[in-house]
Amino acid sequence: MSANNDSIQKTLTVAILLCLICAVFVAGAAVGLRKEQAENKANDKRAAVLQAAGLYEAGKPVAAQFDAKIKTRIVNLAEGRFANDDELAEIRAAGLNVDNFDQKKSSKIPAVSRELSGEEDKASIKRLEKFAAVFIVGDGDKIEKIILPVHGYGLWSTLYGFLALQGDMNTVVGLGFYSHAETPGLGGEVDNPKWKSLWVGKHIFNDKGDVALTVVKGGAAEGNLNQVDGLSGATLTSRGVNNLVQFWVGNLGFGKLIDNLKAQGA
Amino acid sequence: MSEIKKVLTEPLFGKNPIAVQILGICSALAVTTSLKVTLVMCIALTLVTACSSAGIALIRNHIPNSIRIIVQMIIIASLVIVVDQILKAYAYDVSKQLSVFVGLIITNCIVMGRAEAFAMKNGPVLSFFDGIGNGLGYSLMLISVGTVRELFGSGKLLGFEILPLVKDGGWYVPNGLLLLPPSAFFIIALFIWALRTWKKELVEHHEFKILPNTEKSGGHH
Repeated sequence: MSANNDSIQKTLTVAILLCLICAVFVAGAAVGLRKEQAENKANDKRAAVLQAAGLYEAGKPVAAQFDAKIKTRIVNLAEGRFANDDELAEIRAAGLNVDNFDQKKSSKIPAVSRELSGEEDKASIKRLEKFAAVFIVGDGDKIEKIILPVHGYGLWSTLYGFLALQGDMNTVVGLGFYSHAETPGLGGEVDNPKWKSLWVGKHIFNDKGDVALTVVKGGAAEGNLNQVDGLSGATLTSRGVNNLVQFWVGNLGFGKLIDNLKAQGA
Repeated sequence: MSEIKKVLTEPLFGKNPIAVQILGICSALAVTTSLKVTLVMCIALTLVTACSSAGIALIRNHIPNSIRIIVQMIIIASLVIVVDQILKAYAYDVSKQLSVFVGLIITNCIVMGRAEAFAMKNGPVLSFFDGIGNGLGYSLMLISVGTVRELFGSGKLLGFEILPLVKDGGWYVPNGLLLLPPSAFFIIALFIWALRTWKKELVEHHEFKILPNTEKSGGHH
């Protein structure tokens, strides 16, 4: 029997049949479980929004917490205002969901994104979306906290996360990443609660109103509200975080929205 | 029946894959900081070992010798991907903590070892129970290591506080070393020591003896 088994014909037959059966098996599992996995991913993102805003309560259903505390608004980045009905229709026409806006997907659709020139592309994200979903905590029109999605390149990977600001559009409530592939123990320490707590209470802008929040190497000056300590052993990841935060609160990112909301609030 | 009992119980102590055969150490170091993650890993590995062994045993008479390792790998890898997908769907937090280690079950020496050493020569039912037995042997060690590490490293078991920590107003100062991978080496070594003291037949005889003073007795100069 073993001699027969080792013929080229038998070898090929076994290999092809086995691959087919295993492929169907694996594909079946992936397709069958897709709905649950997508729900988990969405909840993970919602939990990241709640955590950045400092509102997360462990042990309670994430979706319910999110719906109770957070309002989602779509923003036109270039104009710095909330999207109107025409623009929402434009987003739907591009095949995107307004209620569960997928910014990552939208960056790949030419109708709702554009290429960034090298000079503009501080966060190394290559393409900039026209719209983004921001998350708001507050009653009616009053904004208590605003949570901005941010992303940018670190050392190995694009970091995706949220930056939460107080209603004054200046004070940081929290920063957290929900997806990255930086080196565990070095760049991966962006997830370290101790490091994340360094961001709380820092100011985005200096007295002149310019974007000034920086991640610095070798220790932030005591009492300096515009500086955050870099991660030791992770210079490039720290630089990436610095760049992505500055990019997204800058003019190409949410800068105009921040200016407009400030003007309204003042 | 007695054979099934034998393949189920032997790997628990006498032929324990971790403590006696020293296989699967990498995951034993990586996933044992908390008991919950350890338990999920144990269930995943036991299922994969059992099902892959049964699958391989089922087609063992048709596997061409020249591609047998690849055939084994395909079956094992498919099962591991399915387990990973199930974890992502129903135990998302745990799957995030286990991260790459679920995927690495594919290269776990225990799974490959049982496929090559047992499933290629035995029937599917017996191979299935052999996989379960080896999975249980692995689990026994991992759960013991995980219990020690979580209890003394963070004062908890399965996330519930057992030893109140000093920083929360209790009396226990946690041993931070236990949360780092090298500590698992020490704990596994202590288990091996205990096992060999209990079962003397596990201690190997020396294969050769080093002479007390080779220079005097005419070695190379």
